[in-house]
Amino acid sequence: MKICTNKERYVLVILILILILSIGFFSVIGTANITVADSFRIVGSKIPRIRDFVDISDITESHQTIIWSIRFPRVLLGVLVGASLSMAGAAFQGILKNPMADPYVIGISSGAALGATIAIVSGIKSIFNSMSSISFFAFIGALITVFVVYNIARIKTKVPVSTLLLAGIALGQFLTAIMSFLMVIYSKDMAKIIYWTMGNLGGKGWDPILKISIPVIISMILINFFARDLNIMLMGEETAKSLGVDTEKTKIYILVLGTFMVSMVVSISGIIGFVGLIIPHIVRILLGPDHRILLPASALIGGIFMVLADTIARTIISPVEIPVGIITALFGGPFFLYLLRRSKR
Amino acid sequence: MYAIQVKNLKFGYKRELTLRNLSFNVEKGKFISIIGPNGSGKSTLLKNLNHIYRPWEGKIMVEGIDINKLRVKELARKIALVPQDTVVDYEFTVEDIVLMGRHPYKGRFQREDENDYKIVKEALELTNTLELKDSVITEISGGERQRVIIAKALAQNPSIILLDEPTSHLDINHQIEILNLLKKLNEEKGTTIVLVIHDINLATRYSDEIIMLHEGKIIGSGTPEKVITKENIEFAYRLNVAIEKNKYTNSLYLTPINN
Repeated sequence: MKICTNKERYVLVILILILILSIGFFSVIGTANITVADSFRIVGSKIPRIRDFVDISDITESHQTIIWSIRFPRVLLGVLVGASLSMAGAAFQGILKNPMADPYVIGISSGAALGATIAIVSGIKSIFNSMSSISFFAFIGALITVFVVYNIARIKTKVPVSTLLLAGIALGQFLTAIMSFLMVIYSKDMAKIIYWTMGNLGGKGWDPILKISIPVIISMILINFFARDLNIMLMGEETAKSLGVDTEKTKIYILVLGTFMVSMVVSISGIIGFVGLIIPHIVRILLGPDHRILLPASALIGGIFMVLADTIARTIISPVEIPVGIITALFGGPFFLYLLRRSKR
Repeated sequence: MYAIQVKNLKFGYKRELTLRNLSFNVEKGKFISIIGPNGSGKSTLLKNLNHIYRPWEGKIMVEGIDINKLRVKELARKIALVPQDTVVDYEFTVEDIVLMGRHPYKGRFQREDENDYKIVKEALELTNTLELKDSVITEISGGERQRVIIAKALAQNPSIILLDEPTSHLDINHQIEILNLLKKLNEEKGTTIVLVIHDINLATRYSDEIIMLHEGKIIGSGTPEKVITKENIEFAYRLNVAIEKNKYTNSLYLTPINN
């Protein structure tokens, strides 16, 4: 008898291996010339137990700092951002039965970025111990946006492609404009605004990653428990209800969890578009529509893609860095048009 | 014992009532057809019975239990729904689709086990779709897809199956194939069948009882002979008909006659 978990496991194990390799590989690429082996050794030297077996005395202090304090946290942040955006995109596409849903296209990223901006410019200090006020405001901004867009776009229980795109893009642009306006008034630093509206992973260090990684990873795990409900919801709302899926509740859980993940990463990286659109589609083409595999595979491939895009962003016209959102949009824009054209068929 | 009891059911989409005070009982193990002209409330009634819509007033009991007191998964173990047409745009295999029928029996943290696959295999065999098991749902014909959807309903292991015009998109041989399958389930497994259907001749041929709706009211219920009368048809459909016994099927046969 066929046990469907085998294929899933193989694919996920392979993807995890590729992810680990790309973390090592992409940490190495850059202006400073450091080998893959050295970078793994430096990372190894920081991990308890493994530390005892790794000798890094032959690697210069500056290289150690570049890898451990600059590149490695940046690459890990990239993984976290790419994984969150992609998994949220895959889950949103499932509940809305709409292939164009993506945290950026439907305005969530903009809502989160505006929330974060308000927290930054108003200088509100931490309200909760575990979560910075920036992340908290990002979440509130994103949550308001998603429910506004959802209710504008919805026609009865369906969310058609056209209304979702119109509502999401219009509201997203509006919120981005408010955000840029606030930043012009308060910081007068145009470069910072550009980096914030187009996304940037650099120069964050370890601190933000440590703050968001646990809540983000927990919400990723929770979303996976809705995989079967998401599969069934692709069969249509009424069929899903007749199979015992509480569709309204499931939608709200997914929207809240996905929005939470996205707003956590956006509050650090700024707005990065199209990742949540491209990756789930590629995974669907490669591995099929089953969310039990689609969700984790999207997260893993999203992480790999994001690190790749960020490496391009920081090396393509080195030593000048460009916002990573430019790279994802360069991939994503044409892909979006291709999908739109195909969905017209 | 009744499979379904409906008492003073009222339901509307907006202000106007679509179902006006319906009361009827469905006995366990019967094959019931619901007929009536377009807009008479047939599909709406079916969706109320499956709790997709909540009644405004009145009471629905499923196997003696108030439908409001059943959890969604509990209801899905008792009642399965086969819609008119299930459009699936996603490339699930037939087996994946039928396996979805096991959802009502699975907790959030549980996976499908061997027993579920066994039940799925039986459902595929019964609906004659076992050889389609690994086919992609988007690539099979309409008749095959409808049988797969019925297999999914069977995997729910329900005592009642509701069907909303399951044959209206199919050609005549596939219509008969589906109805023969339903009759077989009804006779062999004792499954209660509640079928919304447009074709009155098929309804009389397969059903134990017929419920005729007109503008949200029941204008006749009981055996085909009792319900399918010249007067009822003329009242509900504004159509002049001749009704005779078909010598091949031994059931009532209705022929529309021009005014």
